[in-house]
Amino acid sequence: MTINQFMFAIFAAIIIIFSILTVTSRRILRAATFLLFVLVATAGMYFLLRFNFLAAIQLTLYAGGIVVLIIFSILLTSHIAEKLDAPSWKKVIPAFLAAAVGAVITIITILQYDFPKAIVADGDRTNIREIAQSLISTEKFGYALPFEVISILLLAAMVGAIILAKKRKD
Amino acid sequence: MFEGVPLHWFLITGTIMFFVGIYGFLVRKNLITLLMSLELVLNSVNINFVAINKILYPGHLEGMFFSVFIIAVAAAEASVAIAIIINIYRRLVNIDVEKVNEMKY
Repeated sequence: MTINQFMFAIFAAIIIIFSILTVTSRRILRAATFLLFVLVATAGMYFLLRFNFLAAIQLTLYAGGIVVLIIFSILLTSHIAEKLDAPSWKKVIPAFLAAAVGAVITIITILQYDFPKAIVADGDRTNIREIAQSLISTEKFGYALPFEVISILLLAAMVGAIILAKKRKD
Repeated sequence: MFEGVPLHWFLITGTIMFFVGIYGFLVRKNLITLLMSLELVLNSVNINFVAINKILYPGHLEGMFFSVFIIAVAAAEASVAIAIIINIYRRLVNIDVEKVNEMKY
């Protein structure tokens, strides 16, 4: 077993175990903490694949931003020691069946598919200079238009969140 | 194969994470836990994009950019969703999906 396989096994185990705990834990604050572990392990998987920039984004935006936002809203909307009701069996059994059947079918399909060999290309392009240049380039493999669209989307989301959450003058 | 780790392993991890998220989305009742299940689903998709990019097309960056844009959309969606959840809580004093059936003002 190489070091990469070992690290992959650790990250995959953390992801699977803690994502199951995230959806089954009855204390909502604990569920948010388990979600944080899943997101950090995902960032570790990006580091394993040498996508350092993406792993940094994952850590700052997901683990640092979204989880903190979720924890704040939990503290605002529910009591800290509150336990959620256990879901009824009438709901659990169909949901579990749907998820299990979907997972089994997808995994069987993945295992049967024979992926082609890697298309060997010249050099590693995951350094920050290449990423920045293709993010603002308008040529082939350039992402200038999606970059602008996503900035407008973020502005709209920011304005919308402020309008929605602010107190009305009644 | 990425230095000993086959592509299938990454895809199977992503699949399990995706369907755990789907299960949580179907079972949970609290709106914030629904949002957390949704984040699991989005994350599993990112793992698949990044693994396929690295293993099958190592000289390209398309999968990474898709992941970056998915993360940005997820952040926007989480912020708006939490604003809506806090607004619902302010009006109806609970955020249970089954009790929030009053959509009009």
